[in-house]
Amino acid sequence: MLSLEPREVLSKISKMGVSASFMEVCGTHTVSIARSGLKKLLPDSVKLISGPGCPVCVTAQVDIDYAIALAHQPGVIVATFGDMVRVPGTETSLLEARASGGKVEVVYSPMDSLNLARAHPKEEVVFLAVGFETTAPLIARTVQTAKAENIPNLSFLVLHKLIPPAMRALLALKEIQLDGFILPGHVCAILGSKPFLFLKEEFHLPGVITGFEPDDILLALFMLVKQKKEDRADIEIQYRRAVRPEGNPQALKVMEEVFEPQEANWRGLGIIPESGLALRHPYWDFDARRRFPLKIMGSREYPACGCGEVLRGVISPQECPLFGRVCTPDSPVGPCMVSSEGSCAAAYHYEEHP
Amino acid sequence: MCLGIPVKIVEIKDQEALVEVGGLKQTIRTDFVPEAQVGDYVIVHAGFAISVLEEEEARETLELLKDADVIP
Repeated sequence: MLSLEPREVLSKISKMGVSASFMEVCGTHTVSIARSGLKKLLPDSVKLISGPGCPVCVTAQVDIDYAIALAHQPGVIVATFGDMVRVPGTETSLLEARASGGKVEVVYSPMDSLNLARAHPKEEVVFLAVGFETTAPLIARTVQTAKAENIPNLSFLVLHKLIPPAMRALLALKEIQLDGFILPGHVCAILGSKPFLFLKEEFHLPGVITGFEPDDILLALFMLVKQKKEDRADIEIQYRRAVRPEGNPQALKVMEEVFEPQEANWRGLGIIPESGLALRHPYWDFDARRRFPLKIMGSREYPACGCGEVLRGVISPQECPLFGRVCTPDSPVGPCMVSSEGSCAAAYHYEEHP
Repeated sequence: MCLGIPVKIVEIKDQEALVEVGGLKQTIRTDFVPEAQVGDYVIVHAGFAISVLEEEEARETLELLKDADVIP
């Protein structure tokens, strides 16, 4: 893709002599960085820190427990993307719920939940709507279709999270020193660049919207280092082949029709105002929380699990006392080790571990 | 997980398209890319096309860097 050799880009980054730490807030970036060994190729003065970019990982324990409780309800089929299945709740996981008779179906597209509901008219299908702005419009379109086709036995447990409010909350904590952000390519394919202008305006920090190939990330790092060198704080688009500055107006329109912002509970960050989504009034019939008002008691995270600190970039996965010893991909303690795009899983698979 | 690999549209019918991924054919939704045409490459997320790829745009990035006297 690049007409320039990666080592030439690396050498240009080195030559600028800038000391800086940049955060990525996208699980796919995390995996691509780990898999390519990019951290080791960069000069020591340029640090990469993973942030709250994995949707499953940032889901609060109480919400995971809610999903598991749903799977234990008689006559309920829980439909979910695959990476939620093994995430440990307080007592069990969806996988264990399925082993003890609960019904859990893995789907590839939210649209598959419509077929599942049609195929099981005597059962209730609940779709676990987990994901950032890339996923929310797809769910919104599915909700609209369910309403238009009058499908009575389908509802949605809406756990969507919004990335810009989480970044703002993380910066307000001032726990770590950051010099800019590698911005998530496909979140920005939907949102465009405007929702990230607060980085420039409120924090004088640059951001570069980036694709997922190691070459993309390397070029984005070059652009970030150059901005830092020139003391600029612009929101630039490296991933121009897929991202327009205005985003995807069709997807934004559907998302806006179906959802409204509401506070959300993030693992590691707590409750952040307007950082989640709720179904708007015309779609309340499809809200799983209204259809199944379950009381979840005693939710707690595994003691000493460092997922919260890892998601805030305060510690690296390797700095968690459980990493690679108590917590491994085969026997994960926290979601960051379970999800394929979790920081701990990526570090375990591609970096050093005990 | 975001798949950065573009897929090619082979056929379009209403809000659905047939795409080819590594020789395999798959149906995706085109609700959010009404401008998509047969032959276009799109980015797909969980069964929906979310963006039509623009080669021109990709080149533009490199041109931009050349202008900035970054790439010799």
